[in-house]
Formats: sequence, structure tokens, C-alpha cells
Amino acid sequence: MALNNKNAEKQDNNSSAQAANQNISRKTAENKKTKTEKALTILTWGSIFLIWYVITRLGIFTPTLLPGPARVWKAFLRILENGYNGVPIWVHLGASFKRLFVAIFFAISTAVPLGLLSGYFDKIEAVLDSVVEFYRPLPPLAYYTLLILWFGIDDTSKQILLFLAAFAPIYIACVSAVRKLNQDFVLSAKSLGANQKDVFLKIVLPASLPEIFTGIRTAFGVAYTTLVSSEMVAATSGIGWMVLDASNFLKSDVIFVGIIIMGITGVIIDAGLRFLERKIIFWKGHI
Amino acid sequence: MTAQAKKESLIKINNLSLEYGESINSTLALKKIDLEINKGEFICVLGPSGCGKSSLLKCIAGYIKPTSGRVLMQGEEVDGPDWHRGVVFQSPTLYPWMTVNENVEFGPKMRDLPKAEIKDIREYFLNEVNLSGAGENYTFELSGGMKQRVAIARVLANYPQVVLMDEPFGALDALTRENMQNLIRNIWEENNTTIFFITHDVDEALLLANRVVVMSKQPGEIIEIFNVNFTNQIFEKGSKEVIYNEDYFEVKNEIMDIIHNQID
Ligand SMILES: Nc1ncnc2c1ncn2[C@@H]1O[C@H](COP(=O)(O)OP(=O)(O)OP(=O)(O)O)[C@@H](O)[C@H]1O
Ligand SMILES: [Mg+2]
Repeated sequence: MALNNKNAEKQDNNSSAQAANQNISRKTAENKKTKTEKALTILTWGSIFLIWYVITRLGIFTPTLLPGPARVWKAFLRILENGYNGVPIWVHLGASFKRLFVAIFFAISTAVPLGLLSGYFDKIEAVLDSVVEFYRPLPPLAYYTLLILWFGIDDTSKQILLFLAAFAPIYIACVSAVRKLNQDFVLSAKSLGANQKDVFLKIVLPASLPEIFTGIRTAFGVAYTTLVSSEMVAATSGIGWMVLDASNFLKSDVIFVGIIIMGITGVIIDAGLRFLERKIIFWKGHI
Repeated sequence: MTAQAKKESLIKINNLSLEYGESINSTLALKKIDLEINKGEFICVLGPSGCGKSSLLKCIAGYIKPTSGRVLMQGEEVDGPDWHRGVVFQSPTLYPWMTVNENVEFGPKMRDLPKAEIKDIREYFLNEVNLSGAGENYTFELSGGMKQRVAIARVLANYPQVVLMDEPFGALDALTRENMQNLIRNIWEENNTTIFFITHDVDEALLLANRVVVMSKQPGEIIEIFNVNFTNQIFEKGSKEVIYNEDYFEVKNEIMDIIHNQID
């Protein structure tokens, strides 16, 4: 278990998208927290709010640049009620999440089989690995401009962008999962009469699930940051676009609301994934 | 010893040698092994650590190819693992994502047996290893001894021609170990199985085997093969009396001498 966590953190830190990943790695470490640790977390957030409040009270910055908690709260209620620019907040969030989930869905359904096959058959790896290794370290926004030229400014280019961003971490996790597989599992299955296909579906796939899940969580983190930044570059809807648009009009209270919503949804998505992980891979750590 | 009368050869190992690695860095693990395993036999292999016992088992199982020589099963050369040769590993490789039932049913399912038959086989062998009640459990909920019993049931469920076991009880405590020895002896007797069993415990070998194969230190060669029948005596009398008989100590000392000479 400890090893797994370390790996997960390593992968998180390596990836290019850092803001969202800090959420993930912190959460991983929090798995078994005691009462004091919980109190400390609450205290930290209390202090952050307090400092925020004190700074705005002292009037170091004008409220246009740094709105106080009360102002942000009001902006939040206003956005909840009237939406932003007449479009309800749910529509913005929905637009963002549609892009995110479509991309993740396709990333999972291609990266998992291709990654597992790459780990299993060296020839397939020879074809795929160098391509993934080449584009993985590129900042997604670097090739986003090309995607916009080819596919337009709509959802298609964004979904392809997010798909590419999410594909690499899942693929790499799958390859490494197969590499680390306990060979005795494969040998014993063959000695029990399993053919190649059975070994793959009944042994290799389930045995790789813990790492696949870590890969998916990393992919969500990367895709989520990429999503927000891509919406800030070119979009007409979405939570990232809302923040960008607000900054054009110096509505810093809306920017705050946008950032807080992004942070909280990121944490919720990761919590959901960890919940799924506990349900599906209940045997994790007993392998 | 009566079984010896109608020997039927099952596995023939001809002049087998095994070398790990390439040229300069190579290790000769096994040298000129000749051995015949007959149907219904319980063969125990003894030898100092690193002498190539596990390597020999892997050659028979089909996990590795010998550098020279051959392993024949009923006249055909062994080429990769298959379900006629079941393997029990030292640490049970049960699949943690399956229940005990599913683990035991794995082999028959892979062979596409009818559902009802799979269920009967599973019930029979779980009962045979005294685990009828544990079928719905996941394997990580079991103790070490229970796990190894599931592993044995899982292999037997395929009715393999031979069961290959690599120090299967090595990690168990003395009491559990004795129970397991009794269990495997009874299973062997009841189901007329053929067993190839690696151990480094001389007593274990003598209490289970018809034939005890003693190997030299690396590179592993067969030094001597002892025909013994203490396991049959145990069926007639019970374990304790066998241990205190003179024949037993004579054979045991002889084997101990060979092994000690190897280590010095
Ligand atoms: N995969 C391998 N590559 C290189 N050398 C190996 C490999 N496996 C085993 N050996 C070597 O072959 C020799 C025999 O090993 P093997 O595992 O068969 O011994 P063993 O009799 O089973 O020992 P033990 O009683 O400790 O299990 C040893 O010297 C070992 O170092
Ligand atoms: Mg060994």
C-alpha cells in the first residue's frame, strides 16, 4: 500500500499539470487521517479565510482587485441565481464536464487495451511507445492551436485535446502494470488450462486494475487543468471561459467564484474516483 | 510397494541439462538428469539450497526449456505449460479478485466443462481439503494454511496427470504442516494422483514419498534414489510408530550423510 501511494504521488508530480495534481497527491496521503489531522486541515482553511478577511479589511488592495469573502459569497449567490451573462452556471459547468467526460471515456476505452497489449507484446509497444513518449511531455496548449485550426473552435478540438492529455497517463500506467505483474499468476493460469486470451482477460486485466485506476486519476487531473486552460484560450462557454471573460471586465469576485468552484469540483471528482476504486478493487494491497 | 508391481511410465526425463544465462555469466543449474515418474507415484526431491530443484520442476511444468535433453510426457515432448501438469507454488498464487469458489473453478472453467460438473468438482475438492464452508470468502481472508489448501484444491480440480509441488508447506508452522502432510497423503491415496514434491525437510520426504530423489549441490545431479514405504505404513499404523522404527532412522541418517557431504 505504502509503495502504491508513493508511486501514485511520483506519477502525479511528474506530470505537467501541477495545480490539479496537488489535490490528488494530498488526498492520497490523507487516506488514514486521525482526529488531530482532521482538526489541522480545518484549522488551515480557517486561517486562510481569516488572513484573506484581514487583508481585505486592512484595505491593502482595492476591492476590485481583491474582493473580500462577503463579496465573493454575494457574487456566488448572484451567479447561482442569475447565471453568468444570462447563462445559468449549470450550463457552464455542464459544457465543461461534457468535454471532460467524453474525452476521458474515449481515453479509457483506448488507452487501457492498447497499454495492456503494449505491456504484453513487445512488438505493439515498439509501435506505440515512442509516439506516446514524444507527445507526452509537450504542454497540451502547444498543439491545441493546431487542433483549433483543423477542427475549429468548438467542442471537437477540445475533446481531442483532452483525449490526448488523458491518454498518456493511462497508457503508461497500463504498460507498467503489465511489466510489474507477478509472473506466477500468469504461469499458474496457464498450468490450469488458460489460453492466451483467458490469461489476458482473466488475469492480466484484473491484476493491473490498481495501477490502471491510479493512471485514470492522474489522467483526470491532467485533463481537468487542460480543460480549464483550453477554455481560457478559445471558447464561448464553460467554467474556464467564465473566469477569462470575468477577468476582461475586472470582475474579480467572479474570478474567485470560478476558481473556488473549479477547486471544489476537482476534489469531488477525485473523491468519486477513490470511492469507485475502493468498491471495484476491494482486494488492493492483497496481491 | 505393491503399486510398484504395475509400473506405468508417465514422465521421462532424458539426459536433461539446464544452463542459465549466456557464455561467461552462465550458471549450470542441472546436469545430466535422468528420471522416470510413474503413474501413481509420490516422488519427493531433496537437495541443498540452490541445487536446482525448482529449476527441474519448471522444466517439467514447461515454464523453461532445458538447454539439452528432453522431458517427455507419455512419449510427447513437453512444450509449454498445460493443464495435465498442475503446479502448486511455494507461496499460493491465488487470485485475490476471485472468491475461493471461483479460484477452485478456474481450471474446469478454462476447459469449458459443463456448469453442473464444475460445481460438483469444486464441492468435492473443497470438501477434500476441509474448506467446504469457506467458498464464498475472498482468498485474502484466509490463513496461510487455508490458502495453500485452496491452491491444492484448485490444481486437483483439473484432475491433472501429475501434480508438481515446490516446497508447498515451507512457509507453514510445524502443526499446520503436519496436518497438511496428512491431508496430501490422504488425497494422494484416495484419488490415485501422481505427485512430484520438492522439499528440503528429510522427514517430510520420508513421511510422504514412495521414492526419495536426493540431489547434489550445484550443478544439480541425482546422487541416489531411495525406495521407501513409510507412507504406506502410516496408513496401516499411524505416524508416530513409523518415526520410532529402526529402518526409518537408518534411511534418514543415510540421506542426511549424503546431504551433509554435499554442503561441506
Ligand atoms: N532465472 C534464473 N537466472 C539465472 N540463474 C538462476 C535462475 N533461477 C535459478 N538460477 C540459479 O540456478 C541454480 C538453481 O536454482 P533453483 O532455484 O532451481 O534451486 P533450488 O534447488 O530450488 O533452491 P532452493 O532450495 O533454495 O529453492 C541456483 O544457483 C540459482 O542461482
Ligand atoms: Mg526452490
